[in-house]
Amino acid sequence: MTSPSTNISSMPPGPVIKSKLSRDDIIMRSGMIVIALYLVVTLAFPLYAMLSKSFSTYRFELSQYEMQVSDQDGVFDGAILNPVDLNVATGAYSDADLSAGSDSRLPVTQLFPDFSFRSPVMYQIRNAQPGGRFLVGSTLHDDAEWTTLDSNSFRRVQLRPVKSTGFDNFVNYFSTPALFNSIKNSLFIAVLSTVVTVTLAFWFAYALNRSCMRFKGVFRLIAMAPILVPSLLPGIALVYLFGNQGMLKELLFGASIYGPIGIVIGSVFFTFPHAFLIISTALAISDARLYEAASSLRATPWRTFWTVTIPGARYGLISASFVVFNLVITDFGLPKVIGGQFNVLAVDIYKQVIGQQNFEMGAVVSVVLIIPAIFAFALDRYVQSKQVAALSARSVPYQPNPNPKMDRIFLVYSSLVGLFIVGILAVCQFAALIKFWPYDLSLSLNNYQFDKMDGGGWGSYYNSIKLGLITAVVGTAVIFFGAYLVEKSKGFRVGRSLFQMIAMLPMAIPGMVLGLAYIFFFNNPSNPLNVIYGTMAILVISAVTHFYTVSHLTAVTALKQMDREFESVSASLKQPTLKLFSRVTVPVCMPAVLDISIYLFVNAMTTVSAVVFLYSPKTSLASIAVLNMDDAGDIAPAAAMGMMIFYTNAAARILHLIASKGILRRTQAWRAR
Amino acid sequence: MTQATASGELYLSISNLWKAFGEFLALKDISLDIHEGEFICFLGPSGCGKTTLLRAIAGLDLQTKGSVMQDGKDVSNLPPSERDFGIVFQSYALFPNLTIEKNIAFGLENTGRDKSEIAVRVHELLELVGLPEQGTKYPAQLSGGQQQRIALARAIATNPGLLLLDEPLSALDAKVRVHLRHEIKELQRKLGVTTVMVTHDQEEALTMADKIVVMNQGVIEQVGSPTEIYREPANLFVADFIGEMNQLPATARGKAGISIGADSDIVKSQTHHFSDGETIVAAIRPEDVIPHGNGTSAPDETDVIGDPENVFTVKLAEMEFLGSFWRCRLQNEYFGASELIADFSINAVRRFELEEGKDMVVELPQDRLMAFPRVEAN
Repeated sequence: MTSPSTNISSMPPGPVIKSKLSRDDIIMRSGMIVIALYLVVTLAFPLYAMLSKSFSTYRFELSQYEMQVSDQDGVFDGAILNPVDLNVATGAYSDADLSAGSDSRLPVTQLFPDFSFRSPVMYQIRNAQPGGRFLVGSTLHDDAEWTTLDSNSFRRVQLRPVKSTGFDNFVNYFSTPALFNSIKNSLFIAVLSTVVTVTLAFWFAYALNRSCMRFKGVFRLIAMAPILVPSLLPGIALVYLFGNQGMLKELLFGASIYGPIGIVIGSVFFTFPHAFLIISTALAISDARLYEAASSLRATPWRTFWTVTIPGARYGLISASFVVFNLVITDFGLPKVIGGQFNVLAVDIYKQVIGQQNFEMGAVVSVVLIIPAIFAFALDRYVQSKQVAALSARSVPYQPNPNPKMDRIFLVYSSLVGLFIVGILAVCQFAALIKFWPYDLSLSLNNYQFDKMDGGGWGSYYNSIKLGLITAVVGTAVIFFGAYLVEKSKGFRVGRSLFQMIAMLPMAIPGMVLGLAYIFFFNNPSNPLNVIYGTMAILVISAVTHFYTVSHLTAVTALKQMDREFESVSASLKQPTLKLFSRVTVPVCMPAVLDISIYLFVNAMTTVSAVVFLYSPKTSLASIAVLNMDDAGDIAPAAAMGMMIFYTNAAARILHLIASKGILRRTQAWRAR
Repeated sequence: MTQATASGELYLSISNLWKAFGEFLALKDISLDIHEGEFICFLGPSGCGKTTLLRAIAGLDLQTKGSVMQDGKDVSNLPPSERDFGIVFQSYALFPNLTIEKNIAFGLENTGRDKSEIAVRVHELLELVGLPEQGTKYPAQLSGGQQQRIALARAIATNPGLLLLDEPLSALDAKVRVHLRHEIKELQRKLGVTTVMVTHDQEEALTMADKIVVMNQGVIEQVGSPTEIYREPANLFVADFIGEMNQLPATARGKAGISIGADSDIVKSQTHHFSDGETIVAAIRPEDVIPHGNGTSAPDETDVIGDPENVFTVKLAEMEFLGSFWRCRLQNEYFGASELIADFSINAVRRFELEEGKDMVVELPQDRLMAFPRVEAN
């Protein structure tokens, strides 16, 4: 046998054959590059802008300027005054006064105790060092020429701060207890909510998967309901139940709902469906053969539970924990509504940016918030990759046997959880219909007259629907096509893996952080994309980007199930790949496409954090209206608007179900034999 | 060494093809000529590089080095869409949401044909593959064999110059497979399309191919007609991979003689190039071993020994009934630890009253007794 050695070096030297690109290759690669660029522009650049902002400090450097003062006749004696000395002499500005933000301005007349804008005294000012800048009115002076001004004009001189780069902001952050205490608070509520939610969701999922109790379908529906409302809605219900004038206030025995208690209860509500879904999937795939083996070995149910059930579901439990942790620590709406004086990171960002206009500190808090979020995200990805490997095609699905006593216990338990979820929603609906809690309990629709309240009125509701629809259509198209390109194009390996990495990134970035990053990036006047700032477009972009990862993964999963030779066959038949895409790929993947679009719609309707920094008066949204009305004390209308979001999403879900069935009947006729 | 069918002009010429996956060489310096109208099978164990070679011919996975000429044109670096071939995969890769008709019509669209023309062609193809009534069904409504025929119809719809079949039958059950083998071969003969099929099933290759390319570990071991490959294997790998082959330790004696083991009487073999006394492997197929009398009684007149020198007395250690013949294990002092396996017809067993434990005489005919170099076990 004459087999040459397998050594790679036995291959003759010379260039490797490079494929001539077909038209399809070029179209697909450019498509991929366009979508990757979209992600870079809407994700990487803004995050970079934010990061660099967090390292930027601004300070008024008085030593950069020189001044002269004339006598009463307007004659200068040539004596040059140093503003640093003037400040020492007058004590006009403290050191803290001199640290600034990027937009700060500092008037100079306070350096001159004798200053009067009616006096005939003339002033001269110049930049003594390059980089110094000051404004006269709105005219910027950045040269070293002396500017001569009368006292009335001198009044309008304002110094501009100097930017420097460094860790000052972070030093500042960690030396302010009011700020860094939020880290502890955030971790505390996130860990506590995670423990409670995962425990509750586990037993609920266990009841649904492993018992023979009745009404499983109803419970499954109820468990998913919280996904349809903004995270701040349970906060409003809790205010009605346990607030200062709450119906059940006594149950708290004097403790206040405003703070960690309220945040944790509300977090359990809005994270429950996420945890339930993941754990339910993990429990559903357990292998019946293991239980048969356990019972043939005469293991007690207790022992079987700990040696079979829990290990089988462990990846689901871990994954659910990370997801819940991430949702809670990055959530803004709920702690804003019910957090009271209990500061958490996400609210701190909002307070720094909206309340104090301190964008740099907002950026610092964002960076601090990203760290646990990315950490939880990375661990979750790691655990999920393990779970896939644990699946076996030979597993036999577990069929529960009736056990009247246990089934009854599970029914009671599930009913209690269901009551909690339905109760929260019912309280909101009830509050929305009451005339004036707690004094006038008669029913009215007054609270639905949103146009009379702050928050944007009915217009914001329609804006939300518009945002939801555009996000669903545009987002689904972009994300699915992007996933197709990356999954089915040939070669270009580096580009493809880079794309996959960028597509995973949005999940790790909290909505607040993304929104703030957008301010830094898109609101920069020198950015040509500045035009979209304040429009519906930036809201759509932020929503699509924020919810990119889950949609992308859904699309990739569906595409992986397609025969990988379709593209080869199509190419051999000389047909364009895009024809294959539209005639075969999209119709076959229609269930996934519909899932992505409803996911995007519902999330665009409910998100607060991704859009709170980006809406303008013209593009106010329903979820923002809930926040603002609650902030303004119009809690009942806020509840009413929140429930409008719920009903809209519920209706969208039903429509989606009907549409899916209809489309599936047509496009998936081939599924039936 | 004649071609089984008349072959036309040189159609596909592969020269010095290499394919590397990282550090691993999947194809090593492959050169091969294929003539117009030929049915070629790439045969080899899994991982031998046969599918890699097919995909390089199609342009689906480009070779690292080397050239492919098709119909006088250099297609070495062209993408699949600019080459001229139709392909059928093991998975069929039928579009599940399109009817059979639309699947077949897929490649006919955008080619300047109008609708009625396409409909006529689709009908013609359905007739050709024997499924004229199934056009409006969806792929999932057809059996595996029917789906494979549709995939074939789709691949040949545009009259490609080259038809590539990537293990087209291995997803089917045995009976359908045998039936389809015949049909595909018939269809190929009717259309006269140059065809390359990849398979790991030697029976498939032997029954369908005009020419078999036996591959192993990224190299071509032998190219030849099915009978050549079977009767005149170029080396022990081919001999062993296709059909059954006895391998006995032997020693070269002259240019056309060997001793079985080290010291049996010299028997005549096919001519070989080994030097006298070299340790070699003697090979003979089980069905080529000729049975003679049981060793005690004299052979009757119908039992003519062709070559009295090539006769061994052996012990029938074991007999196994395999339906149409008996498989026998024969022992002899010269064979050493190896046994000689021989397939005897039911007739022969009855005639010579063969039984386990008895002695008998077998002849190893000169023209079927081959000599191969001895390879160290690796």
